[in-house]
Amino acid sequence: MRIVVDWDKCTGMGMCESLAPDVFEVDDDGSLILHTEEVSQDQEAEVREAVAACPTEALSLEGPIDA
Amino acid sequence: MTHLVVVGASLAGLRAVEAVRRDGFDGEVTLIGAEEHLPYDRPPLSKEYLAAEECPDPRYREEETFAGDLDVELLLGTPASALDTAARTVTVGDRTVSYDGLVIATGAHARTLPGTEGLEGVHTVRTLDDAIALRAALRGGTSRLTVVGAGFIGSEVASVGRRLGLEVTILEALETPLARAVGERMGRALTHLHRRHGTEVHTGVAVEEVVSRDGRVRAVRLGDGTEITTDVLVVGIGARPATDWLEGSGLTLDDGVVADETLAAAPGVYVAGDVARWPNALFTDVAPGTMRLEHWTSAADQGGRAARHAVDPASARPYETVPYFWSDWYDGRVQFVGIAAGDHVEVVAGDDAEGGPFTAIYRAGGRIVGALAVDMPAEVMKYRRLIGARKSWDDALELAEQRRQQRAEKARQAAEQQGASA
Repeated sequence: MRIVVDWDKCTGMGMCESLAPDVFEVDDDGSLILHTEEVSQDQEAEVREAVAACPTEALSLEGPIDA
Repeated sequence: MTHLVVVGASLAGLRAVEAVRRDGFDGEVTLIGAEEHLPYDRPPLSKEYLAAEECPDPRYREEETFAGDLDVELLLGTPASALDTAARTVTVGDRTVSYDGLVIATGAHARTLPGTEGLEGVHTVRTLDDAIALRAALRGGTSRLTVVGAGFIGSEVASVGRRLGLEVTILEALETPLARAVGERMGRALTHLHRRHGTEVHTGVAVEEVVSRDGRVRAVRLGDGTEITTDVLVVGIGARPATDWLEGSGLTLDDGVVADETLAAAPGVYVAGDVARWPNALFTDVAPGTMRLEHWTSAADQGGRAARHAVDPASARPYETVPYFWSDWYDGRVQFVGIAAGDHVEVVAGDDAEGGPFTAIYRAGGRIVGALAVDMPAEVMKYRRLIGARKSWDDALELAEQRRQQRAEKARQAAEQQGASA
């Protein structure tokens, strides 16, 4: 499973970082750093939470979990 | 559970119906909304929706999504008018809708200034229709904008006004704006942002009268007799939870619908969003009692949670959260996590004397309970995790020191690179 960021929508609000800090981080200039695109099984739950929590709906998931 | 009814078709209501469908709930779902509009995104309405040349479509989902994927019956355009918890029915216009589980997410109404009803040039910013009207007003040859209330909505509208080249004045009743939201010292720090961007701010002033001529606002007269001439007057003096329809329902109403820690207000009845008042167990040790939040994040979160509890009350568990809100002022962003209670505020980065950029953290009961950042978008979420994990004040100071070193190292590398390319 892969994380897809809609860069036009992302404004660096940071909810994703507070829920899945190993995957998402907001940089000093407010831009989003994606530490990994592929989501491992043990990250799945928190990444799903992060995707749902995005105030600008900039995050989505693509593909099967074991891909 | 066969029929989930959600009253309130904004963010919390939308998230309610989406959450149960995602979980595979196959009963009937009805979403009731007072406005004609499909659920739409509210935060931009006081920000880019007013400022942008072309206004984006604020609707979250297309109508087909409700009829199709979500299989939700939409009842839009008529507010719910009564609740009978014994018969388990909601009245909507002349219809009576029966429920097995209910989510109340009716939000809040903008407070208005008495005597300004129907006056041209006077606006609130709460609904899409409000924003459409204000957007037009700010462009129609307007040169002077006056904002009553230096809260977040008022401050955002003032920012947009300046961006559009208007003369902007903010009138605030309190001596320190936003003192309740961010504390006294930080409230003063945020006020600097306005002054730095050419917005005039009068604090500790009372609006005595809104002066009009031919049905149109002309000026605002203050308690000391000063008259401030204006073309447009925006009233941003907070919101009042939409609970009128619940009078006599037996639910406990006290600045919101009072619920328990699982968001339950009565058997089968759960609350979410701006209307919900509940004990947030994460903070009851330092701020006893209940809280009510008017934030995007809690509305989204509580909507899903309340609906899951409503369709399966046996699964209900306490809901606790670290509040988060953001506000876009001028060219920057104000972010706050946690609560502003406590005995100490420490600025851990930058300088608050000039209104930022800076980051400050809040201490209560020996732990970190809040963090505020102005134009430092990388900071608050790191503290949000500490707050949620009930970490100590020393842990927070340690993180602050780590961040200081990381920023210094980054600055050193940037300087080196610049030196190398020069």
